[in-house]
Amino acid sequence: MTDTLNLLIGIAAGLNLLALASSRLPSMIRAAALQGLVLGVLPLLLEDDWSVLLVAMAAGTALAKGFVIPSLLRRAMHAASIDREVEPLIGFVPSLLLGALATILAMLLSRSLPLLPEHSRTLLLPGALATAICGALLIMARTKAISQVCGYLVLENGAYLFGLLLLRSTPLLVEAGILLDLTVGIFVIGIVVDRIQREFDSLDTRNLTELHE
Amino acid sequence: MIAWAEPVASTLLRAIAWIALAPLVPGIIHRTKAWIAGRRGPPILQLYYDLARLWRKEVVWSSVASPMHLLGPAVAWVAVLGAALLVPTDAAHAGLDLPGSAILFVYLLALARFGTAAAAMDTGSAFEGMGAAREVSYAVLSEVALVTGLLALSVHGGSASLAHMFDASGGVGSALLAGGLFVVLLAENCRVPFDDPNTHLELTMVHEVMVLDHSGPPLAVILHGASLKLAIFSVLLVKAVVPLGQHSPLVAVAVLGAAAAGVGVGVGIAESLMARLAFRRVPLLLTTAFLLNLFALLVEVEGGRLR
Repeated sequence: MTDTLNLLIGIAAGLNLLALASSRLPSMIRAAALQGLVLGVLPLLLEDDWSVLLVAMAAGTALAKGFVIPSLLRRAMHAASIDREVEPLIGFVPSLLLGALATILAMLLSRSLPLLPEHSRTLLLPGALATAICGALLIMARTKAISQVCGYLVLENGAYLFGLLLLRSTPLLVEAGILLDLTVGIFVIGIVVDRIQREFDSLDTRNLTELHE
Repeated sequence: MIAWAEPVASTLLRAIAWIALAPLVPGIIHRTKAWIAGRRGPPILQLYYDLARLWRKEVVWSSVASPMHLLGPAVAWVAVLGAALLVPTDAAHAGLDLPGSAILFVYLLALARFGTAAAAMDTGSAFEGMGAAREVSYAVLSEVALVTGLLALSVHGGSASLAHMFDASGGVGSALLAGGLFVVLLAENCRVPFDDPNTHLELTMVHEVMVLDHSGPPLAVILHGASLKLAIFSVLLVKAVVPLGQHSPLVAVAVLGAAAAGVGVGVGIAESLMARLAFRRVPLLLTTAFLLNLFALLVEVEGGRLR
């Protein structure tokens, strides 16, 4: 059980790096979607007795993060008919190395943090930290609005992983609320993307740093 | 029987086996590529015929070449053969058991590359200089990946001697190592997607351009050295990934040979499916290989702690 869990978290950490290395928007969206899908099934591995709520939550998370949100992003991408190339502020090789460094540092850091005995053998905490840092890196180091949304998704996946540590003590309804917020957020960002596109004819968020009349 | 006779005889035997069997690997790769493309392709033994033909030809010396032009290929071949002898071919009769031979292995391969590159630049041809520059700049990145992979293996095996560090677990770490070492194999041996061995357009050649001025027996030595290096990396990849330790020596050697041939088929398939990468995309792929090996190392270190 723990081995499968660690394997899935390891795959999620690999998908962080895939998102950092992808030079095209569709592959970045795919990496974020796959990560959401992989992390969606984790609650089923952590809990032994499957309640209806738990299964519904896992299915809902996997469905929302793996299919609904990515398809919204793809639609926004097609609607805005933008160039598919990702424009990095930090190059692909440096961002890959930074992501790997973050993953290793997360491993080292989580060794010294006090954890519950049932979590000390899992990679939940390092995975959460690494995913959150990689998501933040994606938001900072990419210029296009859609790639920043992907970064936000990865960041949220990190927060979700962190939340799994508290699975026993927080009701899954909280996570449902977060998921709802996320979906609404993606909707809003979709509208914003459309607005940016109409105003500037590109999705480069660097255009938004200056104030105009 | 003198005490040192047995190891010396076994080493000699393994050297002869390496020399005799290495040209098979490029033959398998070419055959696979031809098969996928729907051609009949050259015979698997083609490289043997080529080597025999080159060995009979006379050498044409450039008028500006120094002795380095001959010395380079010779040094490279001996260094690659030395590296081959360090790689254990089965569990019982391990390779030359030197402490820290993993480091010697990396340095011997680097020495071989230096020999080829120095011989290439010796004639002062601009194209060959360019090829040497490209080969060495690929090597800067692929060597990091190779050393990281060897480090992961030595952490797993608990030894820095190549003879003792191949104790494959067949787990996640092995899967990562397989990916990383396969990319290193392609890069170190100048295969597609890093270099196209069939191209004859000077601007795009990397390894092939370095040997343009060589002819006759020195060229044969270079070609044989290249095939030997390919064989070394195939065996290294198999030893790193496939658990062979529990089998009897004979079975282990048979499995090793079959798996190394399988790696040749894999290279052929990869070359048929992929196009050459744009030059500026190469560092990304080599960094990926480095990270795969780095995470294999991480799995070894963390896995030991979590278990």
